[in-house]
Amino acid sequence: METVVTLTLNGEMVSARADQTLLDVIREQKIDLPTLCHMQGLSERGGCRLCVVEVQGAPRPMAACVTPVTEGMVVRTHTPELEHQRRLVVELLLAERNHVCAVCVVNGHCDLQWAAAKLGVASVRYEYLHPDLTMDASHARFVLDHNRCILCTRCVRVCDEVEGAHTWDIAGRGIKTRVITDLSRPWGDSPSCTSCGKCVQVCPTGALFEKGATVAEMTKERDFVGWIIRGRTKREWTW
Amino acid sequence: MTSSNGKIRLATVWLGGCSGCHMSFLDLNEKLIDLAGRAELVYSPIADAKVFPEGVDVTLVEGAVANDDHVELAHQLRARSRIVVSFGDCAVTGNVTALRNRLGLDDVLTAVYHEGPGQAPRGDDEHVMPTLLPKVLPLHQVVPVDAYIPGCPPEPERIWAAVAALLDGKPVELPVAMRTFGA
Repeated sequence: METVVTLTLNGEMVSARADQTLLDVIREQKIDLPTLCHMQGLSERGGCRLCVVEVQGAPRPMAACVTPVTEGMVVRTHTPELEHQRRLVVELLLAERNHVCAVCVVNGHCDLQWAAAKLGVASVRYEYLHPDLTMDASHARFVLDHNRCILCTRCVRVCDEVEGAHTWDIAGRGIKTRVITDLSRPWGDSPSCTSCGKCVQVCPTGALFEKGATVAEMTKERDFVGWIIRGRTKREWTW
Repeated sequence: MTSSNGKIRLATVWLGGCSGCHMSFLDLNEKLIDLAGRAELVYSPIADAKVFPEGVDVTLVEGAVANDDHVELAHQLRARSRIVVSFGDCAVTGNVTALRNRLGLDDVLTAVYHEGPGQAPRGDDEHVMPTLLPKVLPLHQVVPVDAYIPGCPPEPERIWAAVAALLDGKPVELPVAMRTFGA
């Protein structure tokens, strides 16, 4: 049985199902809230912190993607403080690795690039770290470029939850964290990878891309996750 | 602070970049004629001026800060300009010019020159060449910057949107589609 709750969203009274997350409700209301680690159809990670919102009574901003709605909740999505925090997050991401948009395969089609533009990140206030990172081009069809990875783990989740292979995982801690294939063996040697390419398509940046693509040539297809989930759960196969 | 002829005093500077931003500036085409009616180009790679002049209204700076000559010119242009604009991704982020930062300076010079076909001065003896900084920096990490025009290079439309606002004495507020790094 569906329980309905009522909450206040940016001053408006809104009804929602009790099993929804705040992000679901905010998106239903056509409020533009940026996300990078969220992907419809995958489990939530709550890691990128772009979807932080102000919940009255809460001691700190809450990530909307992992916050369930509750009766009487009072939520604000676009206060100056929240916008400031979102810009900080994007600037830190841009400073952490080598996101050189001008020479990226997804230049013009990148979630991070557009998040920065939408949030008004005109420049990065932090020192760029310029880490010396590797690429893995051992796979026959795809390339992993750690320089452009933001550790959103969409690749890890789609591989585990949709493809069922769990080739991808995370190794290391803090700034040394890396996505890995199998037990950190080269992607091309992975016995578990089915070469389905789902990870490449859900990757928000140029960290995973198809071999042969050069600057700005690659666009990514994200809708397929929804098609597969709908097919599996509702037996409605449309695309 | 305008010229005696009532025109805005405009300068453009080329630091560590490929000159692509200046090429894109020239791609303003007929708008250059409008610009010439309202601004006087007092210093630029495409103007005959050897020293960065005093009393400049708006300075567009292409390129990242990569050597000690760049640092000196950056401080000079900041002191002599009312509005300083980071013009293009190298000035804004370091961009391609800063790709060398992941390597040590010695490794860069070795890879480019000493293991290459020719010999090049290191720049640290007798200052024959400008001395490279250990790390390439975006302009705003060297001097305060008032406005940013991202892009590699910025499309002429972006340049005009920013320059037109500055000519009118307004702040640079580019629409989202003109604010992306790279594209």
